[in-house]
Amino acid sequence: MAAGARDGGPDYDDDSEGPVAVRTYLEAISDGLREEMRRDDRVFVIGEDVGVYGGAFKVTKGFQEEFGEWRVIDAPLAETAIVGACTGAALMGLRPVAEMQFADFISCCWDHLVTIAAKQHWRTGASVPIVVRCPSGGGFSGGPFHSQNPESSFAHIPGLKIVCPSTPADAKGLLIQSIRDENPVLYFEHKHLYRRIKDEVPEGDIAVPFGVARVAAAGDDITVVTWGAMVHTACAAAVRAGEEHDISVEVIDLRTIMPWDREAVLAAVARTGKALVLHEDTRTAGFGAEIAATIAEEVFENLDAPVVRLTAPDTPVPFSPPLEQRFIPQVDDVLAAVHKLYAY
Amino acid sequence: MAVVSKRSRSDGPVSTGGLDEAVLRGMYRAMLLTRSIEERGHSLYRQGRIPGSFYTGRGNEAAAVGVAWAMAAQDVGAPTQRDLGVHIVRGMAPWRIIAQYLGRTGGPTRGRDGNVHLGDMGIGTLTMVSHLPAMLPVAVGCALAFRVRNEPRVALGWFGDGGSARGDAHEAMNFAGVRRLPVVFVLDNNGYAYSTPAHLEYGVTHLAERAAAYGFPGQIVDGTDVVAVYRAAHAAIERARGGGGPTLLELVTMRMEGHAVHDDAFYVPAEVLAAWRERDPLALLRARLLSAGGDFDEAADEALRMEVAREVDVAVELAMASEWPDPATLEDGVYR
Repeated sequence: MAAGARDGGPDYDDDSEGPVAVRTYLEAISDGLREEMRRDDRVFVIGEDVGVYGGAFKVTKGFQEEFGEWRVIDAPLAETAIVGACTGAALMGLRPVAEMQFADFISCCWDHLVTIAAKQHWRTGASVPIVVRCPSGGGFSGGPFHSQNPESSFAHIPGLKIVCPSTPADAKGLLIQSIRDENPVLYFEHKHLYRRIKDEVPEGDIAVPFGVARVAAAGDDITVVTWGAMVHTACAAAVRAGEEHDISVEVIDLRTIMPWDREAVLAAVARTGKALVLHEDTRTAGFGAEIAATIAEEVFENLDAPVVRLTAPDTPVPFSPPLEQRFIPQVDDVLAAVHKLYAY
Repeated sequence: MAVVSKRSRSDGPVSTGGLDEAVLRGMYRAMLLTRSIEERGHSLYRQGRIPGSFYTGRGNEAAAVGVAWAMAAQDVGAPTQRDLGVHIVRGMAPWRIIAQYLGRTGGPTRGRDGNVHLGDMGIGTLTMVSHLPAMLPVAVGCALAFRVRNEPRVALGWFGDGGSARGDAHEAMNFAGVRRLPVVFVLDNNGYAYSTPAHLEYGVTHLAERAAAYGFPGQIVDGTDVVAVYRAAHAAIERARGGGGPTLLELVTMRMEGHAVHDDAFYVPAEVLAAWRERDPLALLRARLLSAGGDFDEAADEALRMEVAREVDVAVELAMASEWPDPATLEDGVYR
């Protein structure tokens, strides 16, 4: 998988040119969390097996030794209690960071995110600054309950923010920003990127603002709009489209889908006239539909072809490798969609 | 080891229970104000002035006021729709409560939420949601924050016999028990979840027995006796404050009206309703005060009732004068 396809442009408002370190996506998440806990003693971590064990994926390895058992809290197997308690602690002035062992288990705390946390500021004026880290995505035979990408369901809920980093630098910078945000934030970290993606990450305080897209690959013929692990799939397809077919593909990494950078997407599509919306989540009412509808509403006159969506089909995530490969959009699938758009 | 006490119901007026008469009069006034506001709300609803539906806690005034009276200023709580008395005792101005009923900007949610979804962080009350008992894990989170920061504060979470059936109650009490958090679970058991009687909600004899499963004490309290409620709540709150962990208080109380004003409670047997009327917590406390031998007599009671009625009149006037929310502000504040 192409790592760090960041040949397109400025990434950060932060213009510091400080030291960098090469970190995996997973290490970058740990770094961001650890640094923010050192900076702000209101920040604490709660989740299943996050303490002694260091988390199912080891994001919080060594944290309990450094911060103690009341800032790195091993919770009972009870997602409702975990997120509900985060809301209460946040209302009392703390900055909780909850870990779902897998993003799939977030269904168990739907009420606490959607009914309480998302609506509390609008209803009462009291903000709920909580972060729920959600290891998401497939590609390793996790099956129907360890592979899902539920971000679109939550993007539909007013009051929640949705973050989907694709690079180590963004994994760190967006997590820092998530912790500092005054609202409930769902931070979807793609499990398939944890140890496969390694790149330079600026050291220190590098909060990445929400709602500012990143050009992951520059191009003129077709704009691909995507996020998370699909950024890497799209960039690999863009390289092949250029090298093998002389088609110039631009890849826009949204980084956050709520808020999402409408201006960047609309400007890019207005320029290329052709848009492919790509996501790993299933198709119907996925967030790609929102993007496609917005493009149709706002830049219809600039389009040279209908917007194309490439997504997982409307099924649960399968277990067996040939089924899962069919489910998750592959580089060849992106290339086929690019050809279809290019030929239109 | 958790202990479940014998259920003790007093048989009529008793002494002041060792509480100063002035304290009892304060409780009585809060209960009277609670009922008066709800009665006025009920008539405003029937006049078509209150949108949506309307819920009261008639019969639950002693339960709500008794617990709130035992809270310290720095404590917080998440009451339910039967617990208007908690908001009164914590100091929410009556006109703001009525403005909330009316959907005006003077209500604590500024017309964005209705009914008894009251709350004000400044006086330590969290705004409930309709998904009972979803506020219990939130109360546990408040207690977690107090524990993390080693603050001498206690959180209270309210729920009912109906809410006791949902998983949130289990997860909240389990987590609180594991960590011995400074939280008190207050269960208003009024025997009915909407129309569903208690025996179709749970299989144990008394819900307080469940506390044993979470490793902390459960206690059954006569929820119509404000002194008994106060004493039990005070002991539980101070135990939590002192590091002794959670308590489950099952307040055996009553719902003297339907689930909401559209519900005539036809499913509650007439003899139950009659027995409830006999146990009206306001009448019980009034009789107790009259027999206490102090200077509270019929005339003092009448004067107090007039005073409370005037206070509610003024509150209604203020609430009616409160502005409607501006539709242009609808989308403000979804995010901070």
